This record gives sequence, C-alpha cells and structure tokens, in this order.
Amino acid sequence: MKGNGSEIPIQIADLQKSFGEQKVLKGISLQVKSGETVAVLGRSGGGKSVLLKLIIGLQTPDGGSIQVAGKDITKLDEPQLNEVRKRVGFLFQQAALYDSLTVEDNVAFPLSRHTKLSNEERSKRVHELLADVGMDRDLGKMPSEISGGMQKRVGLARALALDPEILLFDEPTAGLDPITAAEIGDLIINLKRKRKMSAVVVTHDVHGANAYSDRLVLLHEGSIAAEGSFDDLQSSQDEFVKQFFSYSSR
Amino acid sequence: MTMTHLPIFVIAAAASGAMAGGRLLDQVPMARNFFVGVFEWFGDLGLFCVRLIRAAITPPYEFGELVRQCDAIGSKSLPLVALAGAATGVVLSLQTRDSLVRFGAKAFLPAVIVFSIIKESGPIITGLIVSGRIGAGIGAELGSMKVTEQIDAMEASAVDPYKFLVATRVMACVLMVPLLTVVSNFCGILMGWVANPLSEPISLRLFLEHGFKTMEFTDYIPPIVKTTVFGLTIGIVSCFQGIRTRGGTEGVGRSATSSVVLSSLFVILADVMLVRLIMMIWG
Repeated sequence: MKGNGSEIPIQIADLQKSFGEQKVLKGISLQVKSGETVAVLGRSGGGKSVLLKLIIGLQTPDGGSIQVAGKDITKLDEPQLNEVRKRVGFLFQQAALYDSLTVEDNVAFPLSRHTKLSNEERSKRVHELLADVGMDRDLGKMPSEISGGMQKRVGLARALALDPEILLFDEPTAGLDPITAAEIGDLIINLKRKRKMSAVVVTHDVHGANAYSDRLVLLHEGSIAAEGSFDDLQSSQDEFVKQFFSYSSR
Repeated sequence: MTMTHLPIFVIAAAASGAMAGGRLLDQVPMARNFFVGVFEWFGDLGLFCVRLIRAAITPPYEFGELVRQCDAIGSKSLPLVALAGAATGVVLSLQTRDSLVRFGAKAFLPAVIVFSIIKESGPIITGLIVSGRIGAGIGAELGSMKVTEQIDAMEASAVDPYKFLVATRVMACVLMVPLLTVVSNFCGILMGWVANPLSEPISLRLFLEHGFKTMEFTDYIPPIVKTTVFGLTIGIVSCFQGIRTRGGTEGVGRSATSSVVLSSLFVILADVMLVRLIMMIWG
C-alpha cells in the first residue's frame, strides 16, 4: 500500500443520510480491509450508490463518520478532501466519460492535472492503462462512438490513472450483455490480483459479486440486512435475504 | 416555481384578475411557493458566487481551458455579433437621417450614429446576442454534464468543477463580451456610413471626423463597464442554471431555456441600473 495507507482503508461508522423525509441510510457501519473487495447488494433505490458517493465525498452525510485512507472525510475541507480523492478511483454507473474529449484525453485528464509527467510519459501511461482494459485501439474515438461496455472499460482505465489504493465501482455490469458483463467481472478479478487494491462494488449481480468479491453486504431499508460470504448469505434464514437470493437465481 | 416563471406569473396574474376578490385566498399557497422559490434561487446563487470567487482566485489556474472558452465564446460568436452590429448601423442610419432632416439637423447624423452605437445599441445588442447564443450553450453543456454525472466524475478525480468549468466560462464571458462589442460597434458605424452615401455621399474620413469630434475619453468608460457587467451576468447566470440542472434530458432543455431567458432579463436589468449609476457618476 502506498503513502500512509491504513490497514483498514475504508471505515464507516453509524452513517446516516436522508433526502427530505426519506431516510436512505439509517446508521450503517462497514469496514473494508486492505486488499479486500466488498460487494454491496440491495434493491434499487436502497442507498447503495449514495453510500459510494458518501465515501468519496460527493455527498455529505447527516451523521456518522467515514474514514477513507486514514482520514475522516466528513471533517476535511475541499483541498484536503481532494488529496484523499486522488487515492480513490471511481467507476460510475454510466461510466461518466467527458463527452467532449476523446478516449485518450479522458484517461489523460486526471494525469494532466495531478502529475508532472511529460507529454510523452503521459501518453505512454495512457496507452498502458487502456491496454490493461483492452481499449488501446480506440484512443482517438469519442465516447459517443463506442459501446456501453467499452465506455465502462475506459471509465475503469480513467479510475486507475492515478494508481489509487481504493476503487469504488457503481454497478459495473449494469445494462451490459452477459458476455460483456463477465468480461468486466474478469477485469475486476485481474485488477484485484495485479494491484491488490481495496474495492467496494455496488451491484445487483449476485453471481458476479460472488466471483470477484471477498465479502457481500446486503442493504435493506437503509440498514445492513446481512453480511458475509456468498455461502453465508445463501444459507441465511432472514426472509429478505432468502427472497433476494431466490429472485437473483431466476 | 423558479425565477424563470417570474414574468409569466406576473402577466398571468394580471390578465386573469385572479388576485382580486374571493379567489385571492386560492392564490396564497401559490404566491408563497413562488416567493420561497425566488428567495431559494437567490440564496443558491449567492452560495454559487462565493464558491466561484474562491475557485477563481486560488491556484492552480486553468489557463488552457480559459483560452479554449475564449475561442468558443469569442471567435464563434463573432459572425453573428458583427452581422447584428452591421444591421443596427444600417437601420439607425436610414431612420435617424429621416428624422434629422425634418428638424434641419442632418449634419449631426454621424455623431448620432456613433454616439448611439457606442453608448447603447452596441453594448445591449451584443449582450442580448451573446446571452442567446452562449447562455443556451453553457446552460445545455453544463446541464448535460450534470445529469450524466460528468461533473461528479470530475469532482471524484479531485478536479474542482467550479475552477475548471465555471470560473473559466465566466472569465471568458467577462473578457469576450467587451471585445465582441468593439466588433459590433465597428461594423455598426461602418455600415451606418455605407448606408448614408446611398442617399447623400460623404467620405468615411469626414463621417468619422464628424462622428467622433464630440466623443471624449469618459464616453468610452461606461460602455466598457456595462459590457463587462453583461459578460459577468451572462457567465454567472448560465453557469448557475447549468450546474443546478436536475431531471435528465428534459432538465437540460429547461436549463438551456432558463439560461437564455434569465441572462437576457438580467442583462436588460443591469443595463437600466447601470445607465442610472453611470449618469450619477459621470453626469
């Protein structure tokens, strides 16, 4: 682990978040250990994506604490928060590529802002990152010219650009055909092996999550309904957990 | 209900006479929501401006993006602004000539054209054209980036979107609107001269000499101040409307429209207020 990374890169305690009257997270506590991949499952609108946005400081919690890379991000000002964000990669649900920039420029964007690499070095690094996700032949294409799966690959390359120690994935396989979804799943597994990063993956894909995660967390009505390995959750006697797994198997 | 609805609300209320008699009570919640919306809008705008100022004055500065925005806002608006300026010059020349001839003041035609274009027509026409062209562009672009999470992605990459997207666009508007006004004025005065010889030939040199004879240095300061304020207004309002977009494609459309409506409205309001202020300062 780089820098002053902690043994527990993500530590969340009693996290609460509401939107108006609606309580989305009701005191969640979660730890992600170094090198561990945790999959967060749950129904749509259950606060999974909100949890990721809170971890990277895109939203502010109503209560509780979020320690990321050893810093409580709820107490940081914008420049300090940006220092933490440089150590976290985020793959958005729709990839969120900058649509006015080419594939190459999208991946180069964080590098050009946070590193002192020369143009040549930056270009080399971008090629390497895109090669890792199998997109090094589409450098000059615009995001609108590539498929959803390819956009996610480029988004992943961009998320890895600053060599983060934590990766957050928001529905990495949503809206993709089974083959492309499996390819993205394989990419996550390879990344895990190669880079030994900690990761939080928000997903609906129970079987995919089983393949690439060390632990599963099931959110229900703003709280953690169950937590453990795939087998632990599958054998759970909790009504919601049983229902969630039975529908996922169909 | 937001600021966009202000003129519609006032006109509708006046036309229907709904504020009178027994229907007054029906309008109370609507009026309350409207005023809450207005105060909320101004409050959000205030917070937005504070964040913008902080982003604009603290390093690192995004010079590359500023140049790109100056090109997008300046050079790409140039043909439209030049055409509008030229048309104003022609119309002003032909219509004013007729009036001046009636009062036996034909000799003042060059001065009238130069004065009206430099002091009022040029700045306000440029301001309104830029708020239409650039306001819609900025509102739609930032709105689209907002709903597709591109702004969140930028923030997640530790890049301040207020610095990279907002401050650069506002600065570009502040720098480019005065320069575009100079172009508009130039085309207006030139075409004012071109339109004049159609009925009574006069050399360009003589036209300019007569036109600028009574202009003083202090006459140039108010239009510069005005156009700078117009640029600032257009930049702030359209970036603000863009960055607070909600609700997918429909929201982007709403942001683009409200950027144009509100920036045009505020340009006109700023013009009225600045005329009064300038007259108090410079007489």
